[in-house]
Amino acid sequence: MSEQPTAPDTAAVQAEPLEQAEARLQPIRWKFPITYAVLGLLSLLVFTLLIPAGAATQFRVSTASDFITFDAINVPSFGTALSLSILQLALAGWAVYAAVHRIRLGVWHPVLFGTLFVLAFLVYAGAGRGAFIPMVTLLSGALMLSVPLIFGAMCGLVGERSGIINIAIEGQLLAGAFLAAVAASFFTSAYVGLLAAPFAGAAVGGLLVWFAVKYHVNQIIVGVVLNVLVIGLTSFFYSTVLTQNAELWNARQQLPRLSVPGLSQIPIIGPVLFNHTILVYLMYVIVAALSILVFRSRWGLRMRAVGEHPKAADTVGINVARTRVINTVLAGAIAGLGGAYFTVGQGLAFGQEMSAGQGFIALAAMILGRWNPKGALFAALLFGFSTSLGQTLSTIGTPVPSEMLLMLPYVITIFAVAGFVGRVRPPAAEGIPYIK
Amino acid sequence: MSDQKKTPRNNDDAAEPGGALKQAESRLQYALRDLAQSSWMITVLSIVVALVVGALLILATNPQVQATLGYFFARPADFFATSFEVIRDAYSALFRGAVYDWQAATPQRAIRPITETLVNAVPLILAGLGIAIGFRSGMLNIGGQGQIILGATCAAFIGYAFALPLGLHLLLALMGGVLGGAIWGGIAGVLKAKTGANEVIVTIMLNNIALYFLAWLLRQQWFVQTGSNQPIATPVEDSARLFGLLGTGFRLHAGIFIAIAATVFVWWLLERSTLGFEMRAIGENPEAARTAGVNVPKATALVLIIGGALCGLGGAAHLLGTEYRLAAGIAGTLGFDAITVALLGRSRPLGTFLAGLLFGGLRAGGVLMQAQTGTPIDIVLVLQSVIVLLIAAPPLVRAIFFLPSTERKKKPRRRQKPVQEAVR
Repeated sequence: MSEQPTAPDTAAVQAEPLEQAEARLQPIRWKFPITYAVLGLLSLLVFTLLIPAGAATQFRVSTASDFITFDAINVPSFGTALSLSILQLALAGWAVYAAVHRIRLGVWHPVLFGTLFVLAFLVYAGAGRGAFIPMVTLLSGALMLSVPLIFGAMCGLVGERSGIINIAIEGQLLAGAFLAAVAASFFTSAYVGLLAAPFAGAAVGGLLVWFAVKYHVNQIIVGVVLNVLVIGLTSFFYSTVLTQNAELWNARQQLPRLSVPGLSQIPIIGPVLFNHTILVYLMYVIVAALSILVFRSRWGLRMRAVGEHPKAADTVGINVARTRVINTVLAGAIAGLGGAYFTVGQGLAFGQEMSAGQGFIALAAMILGRWNPKGALFAALLFGFSTSLGQTLSTIGTPVPSEMLLMLPYVITIFAVAGFVGRVRPPAAEGIPYIK
Repeated sequence: MSDQKKTPRNNDDAAEPGGALKQAESRLQYALRDLAQSSWMITVLSIVVALVVGALLILATNPQVQATLGYFFARPADFFATSFEVIRDAYSALFRGAVYDWQAATPQRAIRPITETLVNAVPLILAGLGIAIGFRSGMLNIGGQGQIILGATCAAFIGYAFALPLGLHLLLALMGGVLGGAIWGGIAGVLKAKTGANEVIVTIMLNNIALYFLAWLLRQQWFVQTGSNQPIATPVEDSARLFGLLGTGFRLHAGIFIAIAATVFVWWLLERSTLGFEMRAIGENPEAARTAGVNVPKATALVLIIGGALCGLGGAAHLLGTEYRLAAGIAGTLGFDAITVALLGRSRPLGTFLAGLLFGGLRAGGVLMQAQTGTPIDIVLVLQSVIVLLIAAPPLVRAIFFLPSTERKKKPRRRQKPVQEAVR
């Protein structure tokens, strides 16, 4: 581990597989310490020093309807931002120490750093504006905005882990939103819409996998074209049937908000996490189930085997085509369920192209989460948070253009795939048709 | 790597009993039949199926047809007569809107549709060519949208922010569009060349970044120069506009010549130039190309830079010839339409040109169809996507029309391959 100088020789002599050799030869990774240091300095120089003297920032940590309400927290902006910045720089220093001694830092390090950075930014953004920063609204908004992203990311994950690239998440979300609205309106029950939505997503997933597995058509192309098809179909029906008889086919229905007794009364966490529609609770269940099942169950093992090395999977008797078909259809159903968020989840009628590119952000979240349910969850939450932050700050007035915050997820994803945030490695057999 | 590439072929041959034998016997006959039939045949049949699907959709949503269905068993003839009329009206409007309007009052109006088709086709052809270059070189450039936005943005800014002599101004604005697209494509290209970042993901992300970037620019007064808060820029100066070709009443502009020139250029580039050969080589087999001395990273970056430049030119031509004013929705769905154009054109320059004409025509005809028969123009998207889906899966088309499947081998091999490679 620590005998670095000898490592190259051994690697060369023994001709180890490339990846292992790389791991051992790894020079000190300055990437992260430098990033932390730069962000920490940014926080110190911009967020702290630009704060007008004597300004205060007000945070509101509860809403009037909460079980326990708190007074708004009023902090001196300069001192708070300064201490947050110093903490960040300390973490950056630790990262340098860890890099030099080749200690691996846990996930908590970037998470803690990110939290401090965001807090410093919020203190700066709210400094001297006389407006409250509504923490509960900000966070629960972030969770709500992440819902379609998380469903979409889980859909992409299940598909890609079994070797089918799913660019059609966008189309699946949109189809789900459409069918949820129509079914809910027709039966005048939001829950019927929720039940119907997965079928629409599954149908799109089924088309995708049919073309991919049976006709070996390039999956990315099928995905792109399916998005166009779903946009065309839903817009066509929207302009004809749905507008001709809007009361019957496109009336608004909303899933009721169910607060979990007990849990929803916890300050801050309760209203943020446990005061939502059933869709959000279903999301918790799906993420939790997938993060166990993908790695710990027979189904997950087969799925991953098919996605990594279909020939090996076939050799041990796994039906590659069937596994891919089932998983992609299932994945489509998950995305379809997520699509229900746009209509019955928000209590809106269906509108043309209302998924508005969320499917692509979901794809980005999955990649950033490295094809791992927990990672994808955090990435989607991050994206949802940056959007929610943009919305909140645009109401209280902000020094940063909201477009920049909205751009952030995409920029981060480009950095991620360009190898900045470690190696992003997709399932090996992804996108390659398996032909016996 | 090479193993996986070969597997589909061998297996495809083996999938049909006697297929390999037959192929060996009559290779020439095969090639002839393939040329004469499958590629064109599949295209035509796909269009037919798409039109049938479209017809079904129109019927399903038409109130008159629904009314006749109510008494279908009493008078079935009514249903068929009404259905026939509805579809005839819709598709004849589509045709009249796209090619020649025999119901128009004046001769000018009668030939206007075909010029509208050309107007719509210009950006589609240019951007389609950009995407097609990527496909031929084994790269899936999904970023047409972003590259078009950047091209249009740069062209627009040069078009209204500077006062320059006639001719030079237009040239500079077009060059600006090329540069904008090239930079946006180049980001993906250089990242792929340097770090191996998947170009599909990077270009999708760049699309969205371009969208927000444009939205931000349109809020900046130094950029829009209108003095109002509307998120729309000043119209481009006359000296920077692509001049009209047919006088008033027609929108046809010089951009069509740019599209023709670009088609010839792309043909020359891909088929006759060394760089094009290298680009196709990395599409066919990067390992072999490397062994043969091709600088793969450089060629990779260049593919996306040139592709982006063409998309940017498409955006510039769209703005300088048709729109004149930069707004947030400048690119519409052009970027994704361009992908379908390139796919329908099988990534060949001439094919892309014709596909651009077809989809441009659908778009132009869709407008008239919507105006006259109330059929939403969105049906064009359905037609477009069904055509492309079917073209990508020739066996499916053959199955629909009960065609013999003996010709099947050729297709996945020759046409689909560069695109298939791109996934890796």
